[in-house]
Amino acid sequence: MPPTTRSDISLRVNGETHALTVDNRTTLLDALRENLGLTGTKKGCDQGQCGACTVLADGRRAVSCLQLAVAAEGSDITTIEGISDGEDLHPVQEAFLELDGYQCGYCTPGQICSAVAVIREHAEGWPSAATDDVRPDAEPMPLDAAEIRERMSGNLCRCGAYPAIVRAVARAADGAKVTA
Amino acid sequence: MKEFGYHRSTDVQDAVALLADEPEAHFLGGGTNLVDLMKAGVETPGLLVDVRNLPLRGIEVRADGALTIGATATNSDLAAHPEVRRRYPALSQAVLAGASGQLRNVATVGGNLLQRTRCGYFTDTSYPCNKRVPGSGCPAITGEHHNHAILGASEHCVATNPSDLGVALAAFDAVVSYEAIDGPGELPLADFYPAVGDTPHVETALPAGALITAVTLPAAPVAARSRYRKVRERASYAFATGSVAAALDVDGGVVRDVRIAFGAVASRPWRAHAAERSLTGAPATAEAFAAAADAELAAAKPLPHNGYKVRLMRNLMVSVLTELAEEAAR
Repeated sequence: MPPTTRSDISLRVNGETHALTVDNRTTLLDALRENLGLTGTKKGCDQGQCGACTVLADGRRAVSCLQLAVAAEGSDITTIEGISDGEDLHPVQEAFLELDGYQCGYCTPGQICSAVAVIREHAEGWPSAATDDVRPDAEPMPLDAAEIRERMSGNLCRCGAYPAIVRAVARAADGAKVTA
Repeated sequence: MKEFGYHRSTDVQDAVALLADEPEAHFLGGGTNLVDLMKAGVETPGLLVDVRNLPLRGIEVRADGALTIGATATNSDLAAHPEVRRRYPALSQAVLAGASGQLRNVATVGGNLLQRTRCGYFTDTSYPCNKRVPGSGCPAITGEHHNHAILGASEHCVATNPSDLGVALAAFDAVVSYEAIDGPGELPLADFYPAVGDTPHVETALPAGALITAVTLPAAPVAARSRYRKVRERASYAFATGSVAAALDVDGGVVRDVRIAFGAVASRPWRAHAAERSLTGAPATAEAFAAAADAELAAAKPLPHNGYKVRLMRNLMVSVLTELAEEAAR
């Protein structure tokens, strides 16, 4: 008998659990937007190349267009709708607002989700391709503009708001350090 | 996309048995290449066996100094691991040079070794491709091939292996462990990717349906001084036009041990054995590095639009080895 091509799954998104029946072909991105109405996560290229659909899965950033919804069961998903603390914006959201880290705004949810994770990855000591010396006993690299550009390279902005995005991520990272 | 079944496996033997029963089944790791190719109609599995919940995520240094990397460890876990960064810095650098943070967080080590070429004719089903449809032809040879192979290709296929990770693994003599339906086995990375010949659709020497379970790097003190450098058409988040992983041990100005591998020049990560032979016992000078690069690249057969890669690889190799020699002299 051929395997069933639909699955009953439960997706945990922004702290709530949702029971869904999905065609196995459904991506996490489409499940978020079409099944759960969480349209903050954007579909850009749908090929993993632009980063507009970036969400956090168990605190780590991932593109939701190349993740199957059925394979996301069991992960704790955070979308842009779940980044703030209620009405209190996340420091990354505040920084994007204050420093104009966007123009049209289509890539912004992905940029913000990615930046939240970038700040965490850097704080955990993860090196990047911009890090001169990756050895663990090397001086920790500051999250400077070169590090931010490299770490954010999976998020394209066709308006070219990059200079303001870099400043916003740097501002948010400084704030994160102060409150840490 | 074709409809498919989905099964999440928690047991290696069960996962392998499922693939043995169902010829149209594929293993699913991070899915960053497979799901993309399914959307494009290049891959058409009837069943996906999700392997991410298998107990294969560990990265550990063994008592003999070898490093064992579980097949479902993510690229991010590998690149950030302190012992990887300490013992094989070029391996960490190679991983960090690939893809984006979002992709590295889910992409697995086993999946990285099995990723498909990014040749534009392979990924577009409206074109012939000997790798996708054996015998249909290779439009790249007379078409768009500025980023195709200069070493080890054939008249049937000139596609390159796109992995960065694989280049560092090739330099450090990695061994791939797998589980097949008739039991476990091992393949040195040097034998993992067969020669292209007239069978470009045969991409690995793994038995049918086998699951990669781990990759092991033997202890290699030389690797503690190693680098990976990648040239690409933009500063980040692009596949290589050429890359080099190298490790160098210099004693009294003479090369005692050297490891060199090239990326983006062949259907597999290309271990530069001729260059290594030329350099062992030679002075650690730019002239000797250039002569060694020439020895390796003598076999290059560039196409009309990728001849630049010969000079690129020569310069890249000389510059990486020169930096390593300067570091050794400090």
